[in-house]
Amino acid sequence: MKGILGKKTGMTQVFNSAGHLIPVTVIEAGPCKVVQVKIAEKDGYSTTQLGFDVIKKEKSVPKGRLGHFKKVNLPAHRFLREIKMEGFKVGDTVSVELFNKGDKISITGISKGKGFQGVMKRFHYRGGPASHGSMFYRAPGSIGSSSFPSRVWKNKGLPGHMGDERVTTKGIEVIDVKKEQNLLLVKGAVPGANGGYLIIRKND
Amino acid sequence: MDSIRIIEDSFKKEGPSFRVGDAVRVNVKIIEGDKERLQTFEGIVISRRGSGTRETFTLRKISYGVGVERIFPLYSPMIEGLEVIKQGDVRRAKLYYLRGKKGKAAKVKEKSLTTTA
Repeated sequence: MKGILGKKTGMTQVFNSAGHLIPVTVIEAGPCKVVQVKIAEKDGYSTTQLGFDVIKKEKSVPKGRLGHFKKVNLPAHRFLREIKMEGFKVGDTVSVELFNKGDKISITGISKGKGFQGVMKRFHYRGGPASHGSMFYRAPGSIGSSSFPSRVWKNKGLPGHMGDERVTTKGIEVIDVKKEQNLLLVKGAVPGANGGYLIIRKND
Repeated sequence: MDSIRIIEDSFKKEGPSFRVGDAVRVNVKIIEGDKERLQTFEGIVISRRGSGTRETFTLRKISYGVGVERIFPLYSPMIEGLEVIKQGDVRRAKLYYLRGKKGKAAKVKEKSLTTTA
């Protein structure tokens, strides 16, 4: 596995070599610093911790977290995540050059929050007819039977909070890698709002 | 957002300016297998829509008595050249009314180049 951290900039369209317009998401990916390397013998599992988005003012970082960076002589970063990759040392720079055009990658982000939503939007229930005096519009309807099971099944879709959760989209195609600007152009949409942090991974 | 503008601007190219109502000739690249050739499409611009790299224009022509419309992205790399044949004198932004007209009624008045003082 290899990966990098990034930030969603927004979406646009580009022409490919065949002259077709392709929808793309522009991601500001890296450069990330390796903040910590965990090893199985000491930490129980092995991984590489990356940091992205440097915090300029030291006083805005909690003391405890600042110590984590001070220990390895790096500036504090806003976004810290572990990615299982090997062959990196603390202090190494991970840049967007890890990826090539045409790669299939997975992107993880925090989806846009939708608030408290009903069952039609949240679970695609059909709802009832809108007219002819139906009086049954967007309600969930029956949520179970009486004698058996005499309770509501687990995972029954009911109204509640929607969005603002970790979402991974797999099999996203890399359209272009702009090394000088640390930009990644990726086909289609990516979870989360513009400016949201992303974890970009590729399985070897 | 700036990086998005840079990406979009990299596709922009210089071309002759034209307006709705103008008669325009477009050379379109056509790829057949590994060969490439040019095809011309000539018609009246009946609409321009969108902005930035997303802008498109619609050409309408009558081909063997059948109306043909084709929509081109303005900055498409498949457009090899564009020239304005005639400038039209029209009062609206979209000439969709031409679709219902035939023969002489489907003509667009040509812009008279003499300026009225």
